[in-house]
Amino acid sequence: MKFSGLIFANLFRKKIRLLLTIGSFAVALFLFAFLAVVNDVFSRGADIASADRLFVINRTSIINPIPLADRDKMLRIPGVKMVTHDNWFGGIYQDEKNFFPQFVIDPENQRQVFPELMVSDEEWKNFLKDRQGAIVGARTAERFGWKIGDRIPLKTTIWGSGNWEFNIEGLYHGKRPQDDETQFWFQWDYFQEHVPDAQKGQVGWYIVRVDSPDDAVRVAKSIDAEFANSPYETKTETESAFAASWVKQFGNIRFLIVTIGTVVFFTLLLVTGNTMAISVRERTPELAVLKALGFSDRTVLFFVLAESLVIALVGGLLGLLLAVLAMPVLTRALSGLLPQLVLAPSVFAFGFATALAVGLASGFWPGLGAMRLQIVNGLRRV
Amino acid sequence: MVRVDGSGGSNSLIQVRGLDKTYRRGGGEIRVLQGLNLDVDKGDFVAFMGPSGSGKTTLLNLLGGLDVPTRGTITVAGDEITHMSGHKLTEWRARHVGFVFQMYNLIPVLTAFQNVELPLLLTKLSKAQRRKHVETVLHVVGLADRMNHYPRQLSGGQEQRVAIGRAIVADPTFLLCDEPTGDLDRQSADEIMGLIEQLVKEYGKTVLMVTHDPVVARRAGRTLHLEKGLLAESAEPQGVAAGGRHEI
Ligand SMILES: Nc1ncnc2c1ncn2[C@@H]1O[C@H](COP(=O)(O)OP(=O)(O)OP(=O)(O)O)[C@@H](O)[C@H]1O
Ligand SMILES: [Mg+2]
Repeated sequence: MKFSGLIFANLFRKKIRLLLTIGSFAVALFLFAFLAVVNDVFSRGADIASADRLFVINRTSIINPIPLADRDKMLRIPGVKMVTHDNWFGGIYQDEKNFFPQFVIDPENQRQVFPELMVSDEEWKNFLKDRQGAIVGARTAERFGWKIGDRIPLKTTIWGSGNWEFNIEGLYHGKRPQDDETQFWFQWDYFQEHVPDAQKGQVGWYIVRVDSPDDAVRVAKSIDAEFANSPYETKTETESAFAASWVKQFGNIRFLIVTIGTVVFFTLLLVTGNTMAISVRERTPELAVLKALGFSDRTVLFFVLAESLVIALVGGLLGLLLAVLAMPVLTRALSGLLPQLVLAPSVFAFGFATALAVGLASGFWPGLGAMRLQIVNGLRRV
Repeated sequence: MVRVDGSGGSNSLIQVRGLDKTYRRGGGEIRVLQGLNLDVDKGDFVAFMGPSGSGKTTLLNLLGGLDVPTRGTITVAGDEITHMSGHKLTEWRARHVGFVFQMYNLIPVLTAFQNVELPLLLTKLSKAQRRKHVETVLHVVGLADRMNHYPRQLSGGQEQRVAIGRAIVADPTFLLCDEPTGDLDRQSADEIMGLIEQLVKEYGKTVLMVTHDPVVARRAGRTLHLEKGLLAESAEPQGVAAGGRHEI
């Protein structure tokens, strides 16, 4: 393009200003990527939820239990393929800040209901043989440096008191990078042996796998109807609805993040718009000269837009690439508190497109001014 | 032949008839040009003089299609420019007019070469052809060795040479120079006038120039005086040696 020389010469007119403007884009886009990733972590449950899984909890609240005896009634409902159950253990490993989720699982159905959390057959066999056996997500194992064969004590305050001892028999890995690899599983039978009598025979919640996702809503209604008017009424939701209501417990995180993100981009627009306006205004006579030489109004507008677009492009890419590089560092810094942070391509694309849009918008008003500039007035300002 | 009485034939290069320009400002009106006539032939070198505020710049702007008159017509090489649309006028300027301003008005972030090349970016010339044209022109204005200098690395006289190079590189029909020596010392002014004279004599350029300086005006073939909105054949401005005109 024969005009590129002129466009780049104008860009580099004030190098500090150019650096600062590109920096504004980079910082804003980095922040955007970070917010998007946090949002992604919180809403991931809903995104990766399997369409053929239902969560059945006690109608009163998730901390109220449901009897194990209800399982057989559920299995008889048409459309139900498989049922498994979990309890929240909530034990403490050495110190409270070493949090990771621990579930009492039903070894018989766990792997069929959650096929995306993979354990080798060998390790699974060892796990079944060992009453105190545990399976740990790969990230939690890495976080504490656990290996197969390690003996892990967890202190409980919910199920009686004192330490429970476990042997790590295997690790599980998620099929997808977003899958949660922080959980700790152990066996229902071991749990039953040690909980106080009053808490025996009670599960935290059920997870139901249905024959067909299309049928999920109907099956959910049938389950709730089955237990209506019983001492343990249920609330059955699809996994994604369940995950969404789980996130809501932390407040409206999505709203918070969208608000911050909007403010960031709006501020960026004001800053770069102002910079472009100043940069165009201070060369009004030059623009008038270009027009006198025969450059059209549209070409002049194009020059200004091209300039702000190049800034947005470079700054935006820089910020996003830095964010990509920073993800592993951030994940490590949060030391396993959150699942693996991933900057999804769609987030990258959205951020990049928004940066370009901001670039275009910030160049638009000054560009329009340049386009409308009357040559004689521009020249008089010399 | 330069005429100011509207009697020029239709074969003159530039033909101005009944040109009016009125500025409106805060309710009041300033009639700057009032029914001005002018005929200029190809190869003429005309100087406009007149008191400050008499409308010299206004006249050049109208002749160059930078502004539109309130009334009257301007015809250049058979094209009436006073009724052209903004877009056509822009194209017309690129093809027919070379501008030289008092303050040189170079683009500071471009080299001498790039500044001279600007008008050629609007043509279909290839990069190699553009380079050849620019180098030739820089040679003519005597700056072949300063091609890659930026305006701030040049003297005022050199900057004005670059500006003249930029004005002639696309081989326009005529040149408009608004006080081209107004910001220069005597010696640089003489050199610039030498260059403009050379363009007229050797290259047959048509030049219309505004100046305050009688010494500069004397280098032109004709001096016209702008006063009260009209052009007049100049009696020699007061205080200048009467012999000056006879040298030409
Ligand atoms: N855009 C404008 N709006 C209002 N008035 C204007 C405008 N441009 C010029 N004028 C007025 O028109 C008159 C002629 O101005 P012009 O610049 O043509 O004078 P000039 O002969 O070139 O003066 P100088 O020798 O000082 O350059 C002046 O009174 C000026 O104030
Ligand atoms: Mg003037």
